[in-house]
Amino acid sequence: MRITRTVSSRRGRRSAVVVATSALTASALLLTGCSSGTDSGGSGSDSANGQITLTVADYGQFGYKEAGLFAKYHKLHPNITVKENVTADEANYYPKLLQELNSGSGLGDVTGIEVGRIKEVVDTKADSFVDLSKTIKPSDWVSWKEAQATTDDGKIIGAGTDIGPMSLCYNRDLFKKAGLPTDRDQVAKLVAGGWDDYLKLGEQYKKNAPSGTYFMDSASAMYNAVVSSSTEQYYDKDGKPVYKSSPSVKKGWDLAAQAAKEKLTQGLPQFDPAWQTALRKGTMATVVCPAWMAAQIATYAGPSYKGKWDIAKAPGTAAANWGGSFLAVPKAGKHTKEAAALAKWLTSPAQQAAVFKAAGLFPSNQGAYSLPDVQNGKLPYFNNAPIGKIYAQEASSIPVAVLGPKDADIKKAFSDQINNMEQRGTKPADAWAAATKNIEKIVG
Amino acid sequence: MATTTPTRDAHIPPPRRPAPPRAAGGRGGKWRSRLWRFDDKASPYAYIAPFFLVFGAFGLFPLVYTGWIALHHVEMTGLDQMSWVGWGNFDTILHDSEFWTSVANTFVIGVISTVPQLLMALGLAHLLNYKLRASTFFRTLILTPYATSVASAALVFALVFRADGGILNWLLHFIGLGHTNWANGHWTSKIAISAIVIWRWTGYNTLIYLAAMQAVPTDLYEAAAIDGASRWQQFRKVTIPSLRPTILFTIVISTIGAMQLFGEPLLLEGGSLGATGGNENQYETLSVYLYHYGWGLGHLGPAAAVAWAMLALLLIIAGINLLVGRLVRKSAA
Repeated sequence: MRITRTVSSRRGRRSAVVVATSALTASALLLTGCSSGTDSGGSGSDSANGQITLTVADYGQFGYKEAGLFAKYHKLHPNITVKENVTADEANYYPKLLQELNSGSGLGDVTGIEVGRIKEVVDTKADSFVDLSKTIKPSDWVSWKEAQATTDDGKIIGAGTDIGPMSLCYNRDLFKKAGLPTDRDQVAKLVAGGWDDYLKLGEQYKKNAPSGTYFMDSASAMYNAVVSSSTEQYYDKDGKPVYKSSPSVKKGWDLAAQAAKEKLTQGLPQFDPAWQTALRKGTMATVVCPAWMAAQIATYAGPSYKGKWDIAKAPGTAAANWGGSFLAVPKAGKHTKEAAALAKWLTSPAQQAAVFKAAGLFPSNQGAYSLPDVQNGKLPYFNNAPIGKIYAQEASSIPVAVLGPKDADIKKAFSDQINNMEQRGTKPADAWAAATKNIEKIVG
Repeated sequence: MATTTPTRDAHIPPPRRPAPPRAAGGRGGKWRSRLWRFDDKASPYAYIAPFFLVFGAFGLFPLVYTGWIALHHVEMTGLDQMSWVGWGNFDTILHDSEFWTSVANTFVIGVISTVPQLLMALGLAHLLNYKLRASTFFRTLILTPYATSVASAALVFALVFRADGGILNWLLHFIGLGHTNWANGHWTSKIAISAIVIWRWTGYNTLIYLAAMQAVPTDLYEAAAIDGASRWQQFRKVTIPSLRPTILFTIVISTIGAMQLFGEPLLLEGGSLGATGGNENQYETLSVYLYHYGWGLGHLGPAAAVAWAMLALLLIIAGINLLVGRLVRKSAA
C-alpha cells in the first residue's frame, strides 16, 4: 500500500508538471498561431510560357463576376488570368487581411478595403501597399473618394470602386399582401418625411402583415443609414472619438430602439447566415439599401424572387453614403505592376458602369456617370427599378464624412447591441451602456 | 537523477571493443579515457537535444514571447511598434467584465461537459469490458467521433441546434415542446456546446478507461466474487480503485481541454456572432475572448495577457486537483 502511495503521488506531481507545460505551450501556440498562409489567396503564380494568374481578394459582392470582367480582362490580356477569392463577411475579411499583411503571405494581388477600414489602413499600413498616385488620377473620382485613400505624404493606396448612396429596397409581394402601395414613387412619397415616416409605414405594414413576415430585416441597417447621412459620425475632425455625443448616432439609436420595441424588425444581423436564409424565405418586406445591397439581396434571395423586389428613393431628403470600397495592391505580390494595371482597369469608368449594370454597385469614378449604362441603369431583378436615376440624384449631395480608424468596428458594436434590443428585448439604456463599453475596448 | 547517478558510476561498463594494448607512456590511454568519459557524460545530452531544441523553438519561445507581448501595447496594425505598458494589459482584462463572463462560461461549460463525459465513458468502458460479440467493432465505433475534426462536428451540431429548421427543434415539436433558440439562451447555448464536446470526447476517454480496466488482474474479481460481491460492488470496490490514476489522468486532460475550448463555441453560430461568443457573450470561452481581443479588435497586448491568465487559472486548477487527489488518497488509506 505504501509503495502504491508514493508511486501515485509522484504521478500526481508529474501530472501537475504535465498540466503546466502543456498549458503553457498550448496557450502560447494559440496566440502565436497566426495564419499559416492558406494558399487559397496566393500571390500570382507563374508558368513557363509567361502566363500569370492574378488573385483579387474581396468580400461581399464586388460584382466583377456578374459583369464578366475577369473573363473580359483575360481576353484583353491573354497571358493574364484573374481569380477571385471572396469572403462573405467583411468583418471576417479584414482581420485576415491584417494578418496576411503582417506575415506577407496569403494575400491577393489586388485586395479590397472597405471605407470603414481605409482610415486605419492609410494610417498604419500604407507601407505595405503600392503607391497608386502615378497609376490613377484622383480627380477622376467623386471629390472625397480618393482623399480617403491618400496618406499625409500624398501616397494613394487604393483605387475607389463603388460608393453607397442610399435607397429603400422593398418586397412588392409582401407590400401588396399587407395592403400597401407597390409603386415605387408612391412608396417613396410615403417615407418622404424621413425615417419617422419609415417607422410609421412599418406600423401600417404590421397591421396586415402576412404571418411570419417583418417590416425590416434589422434596425441596425436603419441606424447605419441615419448615421451615414451626417458629416460627423464617430470621430471629429481632430480624430477624437465622439460617438457618445454625436447627434446622428443618438438619432439613429433612438429610431432603432423604437423599431425594436414596436417589433417592426426580424432582428437578424445583416450578412449572417440567418439573414441570408430569411432573404431566401422572403420574410422581410424592406431592406435599407445602399447601392451595393441590391447585389446582396439578388444573390441571397435567389432567382425565385426576381422581379418581386423593387427599389424606391430612401426616406427623407438627407443624402447618405454607406459603405463602398477600394482596390489596393499589396507590395508582397509577385506581379505588382500587372496587379496595379488590373486595379486601374477594374475601377475605370467603363468597368464601373458594367458593374453597375450587372450588380447595381454605384460608380465612384465620375467618368462613369455620363455613360448610358449608368444614366439609364435599370435592375431587372428589382422590377427594372431605374437605379441610375435614383442613385445619381442621391450621390450628388452626399456629405463629406469624417472618417476614423475604427469606424467599422464601432459601427458593428452599435449594430450588435441594436440586435440585442431586437432579439432579446434588452432595455435601450442597458444596450447603450454595453455598446459604449465595448467601443472603449475597441478604441483601446 | 541524483539518486541514479552514483549507481551508474559504480559500474562503468567495459569498453565496447576490446581495448587495444595500452602504450607504455599511458598518455594516449589517458586521452582516450578522457574522451570515453566525455562521451559517457555528453552523449545523453545530444540524444535528448532534438526534443529540447524543438520544444524551445515551438514551445518555450512562443511562451516567453507571449509573456513579453503581454507587457506591451501592440496592435495588429503595427506589429513592429511595441511600447512598454507593464501590467497595464492585465489590469485592463481583469477590469473587463467580459473577461469574468468568459471565465465563468469556461468553467460552467467545462463542468457540464467534463463530468457527464467521464461518467459516461466509465460506464461505457465497463460495458465494453464484458465479453461482447464484435467487441472490436464497438470499440472502433466509439472512437469515431474522436476522429472527426472540430470544424465538421461543430458544423453538424450547428445544424442540429439551429433555431430555424434545426433537427432538434423539429424533433422537440413532436413532443409538444416549443421553439428554442439554442444558441441565443444562456444555458441552452452552453448545453449545446457541451453536447458537442461530450460527443467528441466520450469515446476517447472510454478507450483509456477500457485499457486500464483490462489491466486489472482478474483474480481480484474472482476473490471479490468468492466473497459474494455483486457486479455493482465489484465495479465500485475493485474497478474504480484500480482506475484511480487513470481517472486522475483523464480529469487533468479534460480540464486542459475544457480550458482551451475554442472551435465549438466559435463555430456554433459562426460568423461575427461566433467570434464574440454570442450576442451577449453567453457562450464566450476564454479562448474565444482571447481570439476576439487579438484578432477581432487587433489589440495583441491584452490578448497575450489573457493567454497568461489562462495559464494561471490552469495552474490553480491543477493545484486544487493535486490537493484533492492527495486528500482522497489519504482518506482511502
